[in-house]
Amino acid sequence: MTANGLSQITLYFVVLLLLAKPLGVYMAAVYENRPLLLKRILGPLEAGFYRLSGVNPEQEMGWKSYAAALLWFNLFGGLAVFALQMLQAHLPLNSQQMANVTIDSAFNTAVSFATNTNWQGYGGETTMSYLTQMLGLSVQNFVSAATGMAVLVAMIRGFQRAHADGIGNFWADLTRGTLYILLPLSLVLALVLTGQGVVQTFKPYQTIPLVEQVSTATETATQTLAVGPAASQIAIKQLGTNGGGFFNANSAHPFENPTPLSNFLEMLAILLIPAALCHTFGTMVGDPRQGWAILSAMTLVLVSLLFVTVGYEQGGNPALTALGVEQSVSVDQSGGNMEGKETRFGIVNSAIWATATTAASNGSVNSMHDSYTPLGGMIPMWLIQLGEVIFGGVGSGLYGMLIFVLIAVFVAGLMIGRTPEYLGKKIEAFEIKMAAIVILIPAFFILGGTSLAIMVEAGKSAVANPGAHGFSEILYAFSSAAGNNGSAFAGLSANSPFYNTALGITMLVGRYGIMIPVLAIAGSLAAKKTVPTTVGTLSTHTPLFVMLLIGTVVLVGALTFVPALALGPVVEHLVMNRAH
Amino acid sequence: MTNHIKPAILMLLFFTVLTGVVYPLAVTLCAQIVFPNQANGSLLGSNEQPLGSELIGQAFNRPEYFWGRPSATSPVPYNGGASGGSNQGPTNPALIDAVQARIKALRDADPSHSEAVPVDLVTASASGLDPHISPAAASYQIGRVAKARHMSPDSVDELVERYTEPRQWGVLGEPRVNVLKLNLALDQRYE
Repeated sequence: MTANGLSQITLYFVVLLLLAKPLGVYMAAVYENRPLLLKRILGPLEAGFYRLSGVNPEQEMGWKSYAAALLWFNLFGGLAVFALQMLQAHLPLNSQQMANVTIDSAFNTAVSFATNTNWQGYGGETTMSYLTQMLGLSVQNFVSAATGMAVLVAMIRGFQRAHADGIGNFWADLTRGTLYILLPLSLVLALVLTGQGVVQTFKPYQTIPLVEQVSTATETATQTLAVGPAASQIAIKQLGTNGGGFFNANSAHPFENPTPLSNFLEMLAILLIPAALCHTFGTMVGDPRQGWAILSAMTLVLVSLLFVTVGYEQGGNPALTALGVEQSVSVDQSGGNMEGKETRFGIVNSAIWATATTAASNGSVNSMHDSYTPLGGMIPMWLIQLGEVIFGGVGSGLYGMLIFVLIAVFVAGLMIGRTPEYLGKKIEAFEIKMAAIVILIPAFFILGGTSLAIMVEAGKSAVANPGAHGFSEILYAFSSAAGNNGSAFAGLSANSPFYNTALGITMLVGRYGIMIPVLAIAGSLAAKKTVPTTVGTLSTHTPLFVMLLIGTVVLVGALTFVPALALGPVVEHLVMNRAH
Repeated sequence: MTNHIKPAILMLLFFTVLTGVVYPLAVTLCAQIVFPNQANGSLLGSNEQPLGSELIGQAFNRPEYFWGRPSATSPVPYNGGASGGSNQGPTNPALIDAVQARIKALRDADPSHSEAVPVDLVTASASGLDPHISPAAASYQIGRVAKARHMSPDSVDELVERYTEPRQWGVLGEPRVNVLKLNLALDQRYE
């Protein structure tokens, strides 16, 4: 680790944590409907949305009603994306004459964007018309993120309230999250990114003669430059933990992420809202220390694992050293394992991105995870498998982490022989049953899906790399789908009926199979009375509790996935080092 | 539960107009006014006769040009219409073969040069369009380019220095050399 590498990492986390607090407090004000400057400007628009849709934003919903509203809204959103892809050849804004997307790929992509996963079986610049990207994908980037945040806020209300039937109004939470949080942040980020060189145009792709003309060719050798309205989509795909690239190479593409500064801002955007939501939580439950405790646990896990990835990637590939390749770091090169990485980002910025995007369920990439060293690439995969709770998706990360908090409180309660409580709420059988479902569902679909895929020819034939690495590609794909992450070991040819269907189903269950039990917990907590804190109450803001929480997350993640990881990355690591 | 269907459809419609039409159009309008060059692909040269994009690398194979990162795009390298990396894992024999062939090409083009090759010069970039190489990878090629162009290594070195970009704000990213700009400068088509 060089001094510069360390300063870039430090700068990243310092700026992130500095911005998280004010944004978190602001978001609490948004969801509690307190007066805000932006509300004076956009307030009439918000009111118009409610009036025209026939919605009363003051009307409280029970958890079942809240879940139903959410599911209908996401269903129609997915159908719209599906329809746009199936009809894009006949619709306007299709300057490259993209054909209609195949039915299995259209299903997969519709599910992927409605569930905030943004797994991409297709290449953006070769598949989607500008219209599909804007009206379909961009819109879901906003509203799927706002949906995740709404569920979190509903869960927080469960802790806030006592003897209550309702957990808020889905339409109000959805609208406020989009209008006052996602939209203004995206607008600012999009404009700064275009200043750095991210494209934003409706012109068709441009063909340019190459500087070096190939002498044997009879016609001019040319290069086609894919462009499009990218910046507006990239801003929200980073901020909303969506991650779906405008171009196939995602944020490794120079038009999607042209400079180290654009890279810094896009990386910041990955974790900004998930980190800030911890403060929103602390503010809303009236005890900022509770938010700090969770944010500390998340940060500690991420920073530790980041150093593992930086270390292995900087170490390079021993097979290349043997061929006479210089991989050591110097003032003139970042060195290390540069296969699948961009020169302007080098090792450190690729590793920060890879761990941040998998800790959060963002899934955008600025380097190709498939080409990482075995253990350097195992870390991003394991971060997904931890349940997308280390920062996690906007909203979904924190409600997932709160489930682990309930488990940690429950375990501590068993150890000290008291009824577990969290924030004045007794944690009882119903909550723990729901929490168990939340933890088991992704594990079941990741391991079950991988097992299925390696048993059928359609699953095995899609791998690009031989041996243990091929297994890792499949394991990563199902982890990414179940965790609603969206990144990939992208060598896997996943745009096939088998993977489009299997991963589509996994994404659906990984999203709604978790949201529904979480909302059920929210409803159950809201109905309970609040018990007063006594000297015997376990404090949940202390360093001891932070450690207990980290222990719970890491232990569940390790016990569930170490056997599978041993067959993939660990075997490959041993093979790589034995040969040299 | 079905009472939510109507608001679900209407809300989706309003959000589609707001975030799918108004928002991208507003960003496009602002970007085209404030940053027209960047928003349209950071083209070098005139609009009528563009020389390429400053941000998108091009393939160079002749000894008198600096070579960029290997590119895994298909069907041709540096295909600006279909970005992507090789996705080869570190133990994939195909990766080892490819690196070996790239080292051989470099050595064949400049047999007098036998030092270890900077890693970014023989490994494929993530986008397949990486416009940069490391300063180490540029230095490695100075001898070959100078010989092919009958220039003194010092004058080529001077150009490389000029097109070496430091870390942004002294901290962010990595130092790098823009290959297309450097080659255009060698051809005296770009200042």
